[in-house]
This record gives sequence, structure tokens and C-alpha cells, in this order.
Amino acid sequence: MIRVAFRQFRTEAIIGFGLLAAFAIVLAVTGPHLAHVYDAFESNCKSAGNCATATNPVLSVDKSLQSALPFIVAIAPALVGVFFGAPIIARELETGTFRLAWTQSVTRRHWLAVKLGLVGIAAMAMGGLLTWMANWWASPLNAVNQDRFGVANFGFNGIVPIGYAAFAFALGATAGVLLRRTIAAMAVTGGGFAAARLMVTYWVRPNLASPVRKSLPLSSGHGPGFLVGGPHGSLMALGASISSSTPKAGDVALTGSPMLNVPNGWVYSTAVVDKTGHAPTSQQVIHACPVFGPVAKQMAAGGSPPAPSTAQLQACVTKLSATFHTVLTYQPASRFWPFQWAEMGIFLAAALALCGLTYWWLRRRYA
Amino acid sequence: MTAVLEASGLGKRYGHKWALSECMLAIPAGKVVGLVGPNGAGKSTLLQLAVGLLHPDAGSIAVLGERPGASSSEMARVGYVAQDTPTYAGLSVSDHLRFGARMNPSWDGALAEQRIAHLGLDPHQKAGRLSGGQRAQLALTLAVAKRPELLVLDEPVASLDPLARREFLQGLMEVVAEHGASVIVSSHLVADLERICDYLIVLVGSRVRVAGDIDDLLASHHRLTGPRHERDALPSGQAVIAGSHTDKQSTLVVRADGPILDPSWSVEQLDLEDIVLAYMARAVEQPKLEVRS
Repeated sequence: MIRVAFRQFRTEAIIGFGLLAAFAIVLAVTGPHLAHVYDAFESNCKSAGNCATATNPVLSVDKSLQSALPFIVAIAPALVGVFFGAPIIARELETGTFRLAWTQSVTRRHWLAVKLGLVGIAAMAMGGLLTWMANWWASPLNAVNQDRFGVANFGFNGIVPIGYAAFAFALGATAGVLLRRTIAAMAVTGGGFAAARLMVTYWVRPNLASPVRKSLPLSSGHGPGFLVGGPHGSLMALGASISSSTPKAGDVALTGSPMLNVPNGWVYSTAVVDKTGHAPTSQQVIHACPVFGPVAKQMAAGGSPPAPSTAQLQACVTKLSATFHTVLTYQPASRFWPFQWAEMGIFLAAALALCGLTYWWLRRRYA
Repeated sequence: MTAVLEASGLGKRYGHKWALSECMLAIPAGKVVGLVGPNGAGKSTLLQLAVGLLHPDAGSIAVLGERPGASSSEMARVGYVAQDTPTYAGLSVSDHLRFGARMNPSWDGALAEQRIAHLGLDPHQKAGRLSGGQRAQLALTLAVAKRPELLVLDEPVASLDPLARREFLQGLMEVVAEHGASVIVSSHLVADLERICDYLIVLVGSRVRVAGDIDDLLASHHRLTGPRHERDALPSGQAVIAGSHTDKQSTLVVRADGPILDPSWSVEQLDLEDIVLAYMARAVEQPKLEVRS
């Protein structure tokens, strides 16, 4: 039975592993140069302390490949699901060959277990190989970016692509059994996989572990920023200030710095609060920093006042830091691997559940 | 001699519609059984129940004394050629033989290769490029090389031209003569089965109407022609299968256990097709009210 499953999977396997090999060659050819540029940057950084400016050469090597890599690693499991998973049973149902396959001296359960097991393992191997190759190639980039936990990077680092591949394959097989049409199953698999990935990335992953909350002095990192509101949503932004909401005309808001650096960690938010957890009001800011009084008035009137000087802002921050501090909410870098295992586990468990559903449905519908 | 297929109260439904109901059968071993009935009568359903592709919704079925599809050892004893003789279009003829060899511990490779050579099939030809007749022969080869005790064929010749039909049935008879498996083969045409079968089942409207040795069926069915009779005037042991009446004359097809003694009837022998048609006509005339809780 195993050799039969091999034979029926041969064409897909040749194409799949062929593409993987071609990609490996591209990475093997370009990888050493990237590593070389990084080594040069690092020695320059150590000897001359010339770190910040030297970042650019690494990030500008093979730029198109750099930006394509996360995309390729993200889309590969979907292709596995669409081209390995969706046809594996749907094609048998569509062409009627299931009547041939299920009347040999092999029970249906055995047949399904071998087919799903063999191709599922191949799918996981492809996911694993791809992420391993991509990580090898991108290790200088990871060293420079220090952002392995980032949304784009988490999915192509570590082991999660193995889980993605298994899930996409099982989703394809299940869709094929439910829909009995290869093309329809392919479409559903692509869409379903994308939906599952987005859902886990934005809803499940942030809640896998409650984040660490850390209080920092107001002036740490790049310090807080100020937003002064004007009419019709116009705004004066000072310092490293990013906020989703715009203060009302004539109001001054104090925002946390988005630049607080947690290497390879995952920052959820930075907020400025007092001891009781309240954000500073506009009055409190203007009271502490009188320089904002006329600025806010002019902004409210629709004018464009000159921005306070850096020294004035600095004095303002010093004064405010007696009452307010920054709260950093984040997942530390040390949680990268627990998160990887947890997310892979979720996808593997879902894949197993889908295989079970496939078996149950085959027994129920075709019996 | 044990039954190759034994069904008791066997039923299968799709949704609310019963495709097969109250099926009672005991087919003795060593027979070539023809299963006839119009399209949609339930022939495929019965055969798929026999090979374990379907499970009953009512009653029970045993094939070679076991539940169909229950184990790989039971499955090894039954060969099956499905309707439209499905094969893997992308696999070659020899790939199919390898498929058979790896899926069946009892595989007779010499037999398979001999049959392929005898049929003149190119082992490297993809099954998708074979003619309908060649594909049917390949499917038969796969089923036969399992060396089954029971061979089940679901309308194997329905889509074949007359020549391919003849060749297929001839091949089937050769196999049966050589290896002595029991056979159940379905068709909606009696003519296909007449020459090869020695046992007949007529299935119409999801029910088995008659089943028995063809010789017995031929001996016990008669066409009676005579002056107009009332139906219930027949002696016991005689049952009317179909009848037509004019003002003066009645023509009946009857099943009788013994000879027809009433001198007012002129008695005619029937051929198999007449008998089958009589049962089909009866099923149309007297549709049974099927009420099930």
C-alpha cells in the first residue's frame, strides 16, 4: 500500500521537491555574499563603532529576494494544501477510482491512513526544509533586524511552517472529501488556509501568553511624544509620537514612544500613565509645560505656531516624569520558542482533527 | 454447499428513498449469477453492498460467510469490477498490475501478465488512452488476478460496443472455466447474460422479484392462452406473473410448481427474456405501496 501511495504521489512529489531544490540553489548561491556583507558590517561595527550607518549595506543586498522570502515561506504551505491535499481523495471520488481502490485487499481505514500519512509527512518535510533554508539564508538579516517576533518574521522563522504545511494538507484533503470536486476543493483550501493563518496571527497568537508589563521612566528610549490637536483633524506631532487617535483641537496629548527597543521581542503597546494607571489629561500636560499653552491656543485657532524647542520639550518631560511613567506591554524574546511550539501544536492538532473528520465522513457518506 | 451471498431483509436508502428493500437472497456457490433489472432498479446498490462499498441500512448481508469489507482477508476473497470500469487515467497498464500486486496478497502476477499479453494490450499504454473495451478488460484483469472466490461485475458491458461486449464476456467465461470462481454480473439487458449465466435474479423497483436457477425458471414459467378466465380461478401452486385480457381471451404468464393440467389452456414455453419482461411489467402494473416508519 505504501508503494502504491508513493506511485500515485510521484508527479506531485517531483514537482514539489523540484521547486524546493531550485529555490535551495538560489539561496545557496546568494547566501554566502549576504553573510560576507554582514561579517564586514559586524567587524566595522566592532572596530570603528560604526554600527548604525553600516546597517544599510546588509539590508540592501538581494533586496527583492529579501522581501520575497517571507512571502514564499508563507505561501508554500498553501500550495502544499492546494496541490497535494485537495486532489488526494477528491480526484479518486471525481473519477470513480475510489471504487477500484477500496475493493482491493486493503481496508478503507488502512488506505486512508497510508495516503494521508505518507503525503502529510512529505508536506511537513517540505515545510521544514523550506523554513530551515530560509532561516539559514536570512540569519544575517535576523541579526540586523532583531525582530524575530514580528508578524512577518514569526511565520518564516523556527518551526511553525511545519505545522502550517500539515494543516494546509489536511485542510485540502478534507475539503476534497466534503466537496468531491478537485477544483472547488483547491479554492476552498487556499481561502481557508489564508483565513486560518490570519485568525491565528491576529487573534490567537497575541493571547497565547499574557504579556509582560514593565514600568519605565518617562525618558527611556526615545522618550515620549506630544500631539497638539488643531481644527479639522490637523495635528502637530513632536518627538517619536505615534497615536491611533487624534487629540481634539486645543488639546495636548502625551503618548508613549513606539521606539522602545525590545530586541527580538514583541511590543504590544507603550502607554504613559500615572501611579493610578490614568493617562495624563491635556490640562495636566499644559500645567506642567506652560510652553504648550499658547501653542495649543494658536493650533485651536487654526494657526501654525512654531514648535517648542528640544530643550523646552526635554524640560517638560523631566517635569512630567515626576508624576508619569511609561508602561511597556510586550512578549520578551525568550518566549519565541514557546510561542513557536504552541502555534505549531495548534496547527498540528487542527490537522489531526481534520484527518479524523475526513475518515469519519468517508465512512458516513461512502457507506 | 454454503451460500456465496446471503441477504436477509437487506435494505439501503439514500435520504428517504429506498434504493433496495427487503431483499432476501441465498445464492449457492459455483454459479454464474445474472442480476437483471431496468436502470435505477437497485442493481448497483446490491452489488456495492456485496463488496462493502456500501453498508446496509436494514437487514444483513454476508458474502462468503463474512460481513463485506470487514477485513482485508474478506476483501481478498472478492473481486469487483465497478460500473464504468474505473481505472487511473494517468497510470500505465503495467502500473495497474503493480497496483494490483501491492494491494492484494493473493495476487497472481503470471495470470495478469498472461491476460494482458493475450489481450494484446501495450503495458506502457496509459489507461486513459485505452478504448472502453480495453479498459474494461484491464479492470477485469485486476479483479481476476486477485484470484477471488467471488467475482462481482457491475454492468461491465453497458458502455461497450457489441464486439467489445462479446469479447469481454468471452474473457469472463474463460476465467470462470479456468479458475472456477462464483460470479455475479449485472446488466439491464437479459440478452447479455443469457449465454453466460446459470442463475438469474430479477430486480425491479428496489425489490427482488424472482431469483433462481435459469433451468428451473424456464421449466416453471409458462404462457397460458385460453378463454377469458378470472385470475383467482387458478389452482394452488400456480401464480400469475402477468396477464392480459380481451373480452373473449386471457393470456397469462404463470409460475407453476407442476405441469398445467387444465385442458382449456394452451400452454407455451417462455424464453428467459419473456420471463424477465413479465416480472418487469408486473412491477410497473402493481407498484407496491411502500410505507415505512
